Amino acid sequence: MPSLKDVKTKIGGVKKTSQITKAMNMVAAAKLRGAQQKMEDFRSYAEKFNAAMGNLSSAMDSGAFPLMEKREVKTVEILVVTSDRGLCGSFNSNILKMTEKLIARLEGEGKKVTLVCVGKKSASYFRKTGKVRQRYLDLMGTFQMFNARAIAQDIAGNFLTGESDEVRIVYGKFKSVAVQRPAEQMFLPIQPDAVAATEATSSAAGAYIYEPSTEEIMEVLLPLYMNVMVYHAMLEVSASEHAARMSAMDNATNACKDIIHSLTLIYNKARQAGITAELMDIVGGAEALK
Amino acid sequence: MAEKLKLEVVTPKGAVVSKEVDIVTAPGYGGEFGVLANHAPFLSTIKTGVLTYKTGAQEETLMVSGGFCEVSNNKLTFLVESAERGADIDVERAMRSKERAEKRLAEAQAQKEKFDRARAEAALQRALSRLKVAERHKPS
Repeated sequence: MPSLKDVKTKIGGVKKTSQITKAMNMVAAAKLRGAQQKMEDFRSYAEKFNAAMGNLSSAMDSGAFPLMEKREVKTVEILVVTSDRGLCGSFNSNILKMTEKLIARLEGEGKKVTLVCVGKKSASYFRKTGKVRQRYLDLMGTFQMFNARAIAQDIAGNFLTGESDEVRIVYGKFKSVAVQRPAEQMFLPIQPDAVAATEATSSAAGAYIYEPSTEEIMEVLLPLYMNVMVYHAMLEVSASEHAARMSAMDNATNACKDIIHSLTLIYNKARQAGITAELMDIVGGAEALK
Repeated sequence: MAEKLKLEVVTPKGAVVSKEVDIVTAPGYGGEFGVLANHAPFLSTIKTGVLTYKTGAQEETLMVSGGFCEVSNNKLTFLVESAERGADIDVERAMRSKERAEKRLAEAQAQKEKFDRARAEAALQRALSRLKVAERHKPS
């Protein structure tokens, strides 16, 4: 039987932990609201952007752009987007697991894999594999469009020089506050099919006047499109991260409550045992004096 | 008043403007262009500069930076990286960044650094458009 003092200290410790997890839960909830707002704000931009891209790609003869060029795939670059911080349940490890599987599959096909890591968690996880080409840390939470642009430019540069023949993104998709799933997406070469998905709705508007030519617009738009994709992935990850942390911390707080409950039982039992033993002593002593 | 145009300015941070207007003037790829109602479908890239739109006698200006715009069916959509109203612009800050950009530009020119020069030029362009928008905002 543990001593009274031990149990009491332990209860105190667990209480402190639950205070921390509760605070983290609330912070995550507040941050989640911010991240969701950001996603909401961005959605209209992304939708309109995709519609315009659809319009454009239906008007031009595709395949003329280096960013859309399909090559024989020898090297695949994977952009892994995770959070910078842990304590958010299995969120990051799910993404990392998915990446691991993807790497194994690609390498099984005899392709070389390089990684671009966004977020500390992926960077430290893959550090020892020697595959990491570039790392972007401490962006999550405060990131802006220009962070996404730097990443997109870096990846595009690598693609254009032929260092990589295909680029994929692995990130955490935000389904709802309760559900976040890792997702994989083709990134480069940009596929007109995926782009032109919305084309049917807007092509009825008729022929556009393009200024400058479609080709030149495309040259501006394609890099922008990459920014949009990277930014979108980052937004999704940051929202998912906070949602995952929120539920993880909620679970932790509940677990703390359970532990406190059972520890209190032990404490009371030990206290009673102590009192009984003392009473026995007194009674025994009084008996002996008779 | 004749027919109106529906103007929408959207940035990654959300919509900035969404209203019915008479005329829009924007910095396009080949220089400024104006759009009235019943314009033909049109798609152009947008440079950093000043966007002006008028409703009746009321004129408003916005500073916009890089993106593109689409006109169709009397709907005018601007997708730009940033858009700022005159009232939101910090004139002093814009002044400082203008000076900084000018200095950088001079340095870059001296050293013939192409990349830095492009960046400094873009920064200068942004600062100048900000100042212009802020100036036009003041009298009203």
